[in-house]
Amino acid sequence: MSEETINGAKILIKSLLKEGVEVVFGLPGGAIIKTYDELMLTPGLKHVLVRHEQGAVHMAQGYARASGKVGVVMVTSGPGATNCVTGIADAYMDSTPIVVITGQVPVPLIGNDAFQEADTIGITRPITKHSYLIKDVRNIARSVKEAFYICRTGRPGPIVIDLPKDVQASSARFDYPKEVDIRGYDPVLEGHPGQIRRAAELISRAKQPVLYIGGGVGHSNAGPEILALAEKMRIPVTSTLMGLGSFPGDHDLFLGMLGMHGTWYANTALDTCDVMITIGARFDDRATGKLADFGKQATIIHIDIDPSAISKNVHVDIPIVGDVKSVVRQLLEHVKPGEMKSWLSEIAKWKKEHPLAYRNQGEGLKPQFVLQELSRLTKGDSIITTDVGQHQMWAAQYYRTRRPRSFITSGGLGTMGFGYPAAIGAAFARPGEPVINVSGDGSFQMNLQEIATAVEHKLPVKAAILNNGYLGMVRQWQQLFYDRRYSHTQLDITNPDFVKLAEAYGCLGIRVSRPEEVEPLTLRALKEPGPVIIDYVVDKEENVFPMVPAGAANKDMIEDVHES
Amino acid sequence: MKHTISLLVENKFGVLSRIVGLFSGRGYNIDSISVGPAEDADLSRMTIVSSGDDRIIEQIMKQLNRLVDVIKVVDLSRESFVERELALIKVAASPSTRSEIVQITNIFRAKVVDISTRTLTVEATGNEAKINAIIGMLRPFGLKEIARTGKTALTREYRGRT
Repeated sequence: MSEETINGAKILIKSLLKEGVEVVFGLPGGAIIKTYDELMLTPGLKHVLVRHEQGAVHMAQGYARASGKVGVVMVTSGPGATNCVTGIADAYMDSTPIVVITGQVPVPLIGNDAFQEADTIGITRPITKHSYLIKDVRNIARSVKEAFYICRTGRPGPIVIDLPKDVQASSARFDYPKEVDIRGYDPVLEGHPGQIRRAAELISRAKQPVLYIGGGVGHSNAGPEILALAEKMRIPVTSTLMGLGSFPGDHDLFLGMLGMHGTWYANTALDTCDVMITIGARFDDRATGKLADFGKQATIIHIDIDPSAISKNVHVDIPIVGDVKSVVRQLLEHVKPGEMKSWLSEIAKWKKEHPLAYRNQGEGLKPQFVLQELSRLTKGDSIITTDVGQHQMWAAQYYRTRRPRSFITSGGLGTMGFGYPAAIGAAFARPGEPVINVSGDGSFQMNLQEIATAVEHKLPVKAAILNNGYLGMVRQWQQLFYDRRYSHTQLDITNPDFVKLAEAYGCLGIRVSRPEEVEPLTLRALKEPGPVIIDYVVDKEENVFPMVPAGAANKDMIEDVHES
Repeated sequence: MKHTISLLVENKFGVLSRIVGLFSGRGYNIDSISVGPAEDADLSRMTIVSSGDDRIIEQIMKQLNRLVDVIKVVDLSRESFVERELALIKVAASPSTRSEIVQITNIFRAKVVDISTRTLTVEATGNEAKINAIIGMLRPFGLKEIARTGKTALTREYRGRT
């Protein structure tokens, strides 16, 4: 134990290094300037300067999702902190482990409406797993230790650490705690053995089971265990948007995504199954459709680390609280394969009769075709990030992601502008791997300032903009449910020239407007070592199908607009 | 149905707002809430009365348990418990009604804690039904002000012969 004292800013930086933090995403300002000074003086911690704080949070999310490590953000007080709010809410909904460090006005000024003061803890309280306002320099190390522990254990989630300027400047000894002792926090990791045995018996007896996996499988790194369970038992697997990548997209047992824009056969399988094995998913309304009709035939097993996720929306017959990876490992020891031939051949028939399909006709470029080509040209091995809207659903449907932690999207909050900064974060997490941000012209413009960040670090981040000149998903709803009254969804009149925009930032811009250009120009973009913006000019009024209308049961899905 | 939920929480800055925020953010009711230091100075005990069907109460319990600063959550309504509430009732009292009010106060084993030429202030302790009853009895005289603490409660150790 050293008697030497150091300032709070240095204690914070040293604590981050003790937690194994390699990179911090952020933007300095008056209330965090002292910590930025120490950041420059202390070797070992890389900092990525963003152009807007929202970008920093999505980068940290992309980094966390691609790596499994905690993503770290550093910003100033007031507007620096409030600009982070959307990203923090996004991380809360999708259980992404990030720690957001915000500067705060000096302790004596808190509550005085000081310059750049905001009640950061108050504003972020409902969207954080936990938060700390550190008023005493002696509490920094312990708070950081606890913050990282809470952030990455149990159901992961965002943590805010609010650090007043005077606390950064005052001094204390640095003793980093070895252990945490939080009496109110003790996540259950091991599943109840009796429940696991009951579940195993039920699964072994099932005639028409379905595995329904969600984002928790990715967080728990349980992809291999799920694959082993599915293959041992020959159980078909459907995934939520957040679960994509946790099960290989090209596997013959894979049914694709369920829910509002899921496949006909995934929704039908869930509607018909006798045993539903839900793993690391939370029965979100976009996944279940009309709750009263969801899984009516099925006995439901639900494995989740968060007790509050169980029986929140859907009554569960066999709940198992625990870490998905450990529970599925134990399940694997107890289950005995049954006869699946007739169930699988029924599903194979459905896949044949009701495939994912679109009309690829005329000269125009179909967005689904672009995604199919991206999938083919990268063999499903690229890291994909998406924004929110039609392009996101097409990416989920047509990009056959094969690897865990490689489909990074904003699921719960549905944040347009998530994808590009998330792609930058993913590029820092997995250097050398290409990252494609599938976006739309609407979403891309919500955080395009981060092109500068990608250019500065020469990142292999490819923005694939499916440019239809509309806020496409809203336009689709307006077409189907509001008599084609396109209220404020048209963007094409004032959209920038995305190729010139790329050039203005000093990166390569490519325009693709014909089907035969997709392969050569996409390959050219992938070959380019640095960032590229690809403007795929697609059919303006293409819609995402199948579709379950809001509030309808999944079995009542529309397969094509011409039926509706 | 009404449920009485007892919480043991860290006695820290901001804990109350985390709990109250959870209720308002998720649309749960708080009928009453009372808070004070518990047996250790660094712990607080809260008693929250909420209402909802079994599914909602189950979610409330689970959501409360998710909070890092919450150490223990018990739905007292599922067990035997002692509950008390304190009320201060300021009632209009003229020389002609004063003695009748004092009689009512005595029946409820309540106390007069303040007097003026026009009012009496009564301190009453008991369960919710008793507090409601004394307020009902005093209402005809003219209620000036009422302050109620909300219910506070502990589990009963003595279970009797059952």
